Amino acid sequence: MLSIKNLNKTYHTEEGDEVVALSDINLDVADKEFVCFIGPSGCGKTTLLRITAGLEKPDSGTLTVNNEPIKGPGPDRGMVFQEYSLFPWRTVLKNITFSLELKKIPKSEREKIARDFLKLVGLLEFADSYPHELSGGMKQRVAIARAMVNDPDVLLMDEPFGAVDAQTRNRLQHELLNIWEKKKKTVVFITHSVDEAVFLADKVVVFTARPGTIKEVISVDLPRPRERTSFEANAVREHLLASLGAEIQAAID
Amino acid sequence: MGQSPYIRRRILEITSVASAIIIWEIIARIINKKYILPSFTEVVTAFLKLVSGGELYRDIITSLNYFAIGMGVAIAVGIPLGIMMGWFKTFDKAVDPIIEVIRPIPPLAWIPFAILWFGLTQYAAGFVIFLGAVFPILVNTYTGFRNTPRVLVESGKVLGCIKNRDLIFRIALPAALPSIATGVRVGMGVGWMCVVAAEFFGVSTYGIGYKIWRWNDLHHMDMVLTYMLVLGLIALVIDRLFRYIVQEWWLKWQTGVVV
Repeated sequence: MLSIKNLNKTYHTEEGDEVVALSDINLDVADKEFVCFIGPSGCGKTTLLRITAGLEKPDSGTLTVNNEPIKGPGPDRGMVFQEYSLFPWRTVLKNITFSLELKKIPKSEREKIARDFLKLVGLLEFADSYPHELSGGMKQRVAIARAMVNDPDVLLMDEPFGAVDAQTRNRLQHELLNIWEKKKKTVVFITHSVDEAVFLADKVVVFTARPGTIKEVISVDLPRPRERTSFEANAVREHLLASLGAEIQAAID
Repeated sequence: MGQSPYIRRRILEITSVASAIIIWEIIARIINKKYILPSFTEVVTAFLKLVSGGELYRDIITSLNYFAIGMGVAIAVGIPLGIMMGWFKTFDKAVDPIIEVIRPIPPLAWIPFAILWFGLTQYAAGFVIFLGAVFPILVNTYTGFRNTPRVLVESGKVLGCIKNRDLIFRIALPAALPSIATGVRVGMGVGWMCVVAAEFFGVSTYGIGYKIWRWNDLHHMDMVLTYMLVLGLIALVIDRLFRYIVQEWWLKWQTGVVV
């Protein structure tokens, strides 16, 4: 459903230098698939996600969602950012109704829809709170609900749990899988954590150090709910760590 | 003692003001020359006379009228212009040089032209106040827009907020409100200072600033001091009122708003 072909992206710095962020990327993501991007810092995985979201333009190559070329941000793709991105002047409920307001859906209806999604992320009692009253993990759950309410085909997530503590992170991963199973969305999820990738993904895409290319795509055929420390999970983790370790070493050199 | 910190702070404040008044009274009595330093009791007497005669009320209304004209136009011009400059880079580059030339000119230097263009009317006074207030409002609105967090704009975009109009009014403007509120607050401070200057050139025979000048001519320093204190008091009330409104309604979403 998401198809990326021969995609290239180069940045030009102010000094006139060229930085190749992505080089000849080819990737297909199937419908309802959970894909994780993993790679060393600065390998271009965030750039690829931002291009998919329509926030940046590639230099060459094609990108389609359901065979429709991506021209800019669109309702078929939702995004959850790494930084806290809730609108601080809106309550939790009004953050979620934001996109529905733009679609001119009547107030009572959009609030009903928003409450359903708040229930889904378990924060119904915080509907009238402001973002500053929420913890980091709660903020990201609201951000997920806000992205989901638009009913996108693909959910793009840029290290959404990077800033929360380890325990909250585990819980958020569980919740995300629950939501994913209930709503059946395609998910593209960036992470730095091999553990996270092995726990979540159907397919892990490993990126090389700059210039970013796809090094390998690993299928994780483990049944869910997954045992984080099972023998099979450890085997996948070991493979990923070795593959990633080589790239991180390359990035340092 | 079991007192709340709030009460303790209030007691300290009252003690401090009361001590200042007592020291003032003592010094004034030692000097014992009303035309050099009127005492506190003399100022209170003058104040009561002004209140009972109804004169003070009319002066305050007159000054507030000029202030409202100047502030109203300053807000109506400063905020939209700041938004345009903050959001559209080309517009900013085109307009910025003009503003940078006009901005450093002290508002009082405009008084000859204010009279020339508007005559001895309330609009001449309003114009001077406008010039004092508009730049802080403009600059703070501009800064607020420039500092709109990128992640909020991008969140808006991926949620279907694409048009400039929507991005400005639904994202950048609310994000910039704290900064705009600061601008209006600073602008009101400068504008109120300009009220005194604007009235010195005699657009009316009423007004707080005008009365300071007139009673000075008559060497009634108790009256001068009374009007000075009224001037300060009104500025304080306006500022507190504004801060209250901003905190209670405008920026309730912010934690510990500091404007």
